[in-house]
Amino acid sequence: MADPMKIRAQMKGDTAEIRVLMSHPMETGQRKDNAGNTVPAHFIQAITVSVGGKPVVQGQTGTAISRNPVFGFRVKGAKVGDKVVINWVDNKGDKRTDEATISA
Amino acid sequence: MDALRRTLLKGAGATGALAAAIAAGVLKPSQVLAAEWNRAAFDAKDLGGALKGLGAASPADNSGIVIKAPDIAENGAVVPVDVVSNIPNTISLAVLVDKNPLPLTSAFDFANGALPELALRLKMGQTSLVEAVAKTADGKYFIAKKEVKVTVGGCGG
Repeated sequence: MADPMKIRAQMKGDTAEIRVLMSHPMETGQRKDNAGNTVPAHFIQAITVSVGGKPVVQGQTGTAISRNPVFGFRVKGAKVGDKVVINWVDNKGDKRTDEATISA
Repeated sequence: MDALRRTLLKGAGATGALAAAIAAGVLKPSQVLAAEWNRAAFDAKDLGGALKGLGAASPADNSGIVIKAPDIAENGAVVPVDVVSNIPNTISLAVLVDKNPLPLTSAFDFANGALPELALRLKMGQTSLVEAVAKTADGKYFIAKKEVKVTVGGCGG
């Protein structure tokens, strides 16, 4: 199990700003280690974000996302106190779900 | 030769069954999305192949998509990119890096009030165009491009 995500969710006017930092090596499968062996690809493939129980963002990602990915989203019509749930799955089947509450 | 053909036929059959399941409403699109990573698009080694994999073979240029990225990125391993689509009814955004070994970086769908905006950090192997493709609710595709110069590549680790 990977380290927890860091999620920040804050209202700006009528829009919630959500930023998430995921802890993941995001190996491209193109890098070689010191011994010259190719490091196998290991990267997040799917991300879902839901706010207040409704899915708002669903994404698929490839190897060109930086290590320890950071994503930012904006959701209109969310409210203070709504629960933000973010989930990712990587190409080895590892997954992680974390949640936060939207603050004012 | 025959074995390959068998596999292909089997593959085609499975895809057909999946499409039927979606049509019948057995599988919700959200579940399918999570299960079905778009391998064809993400494994494409050139921009054309990646766009084709997305279903956006020839997107029209549109200045309604705004890409915010540094003109010069010192570290190609972490290039901050913001994409905003001002095109009405944008339902999804994909971000590509033209000269990366695998151009497609990510594709996101928006719903239930999520604005068609995205902030993310990309790896870039060399100086290249960063391209954003927006899909609207009526199935049209639009594209915008911005060049980012990279002084140290990000793909060798």
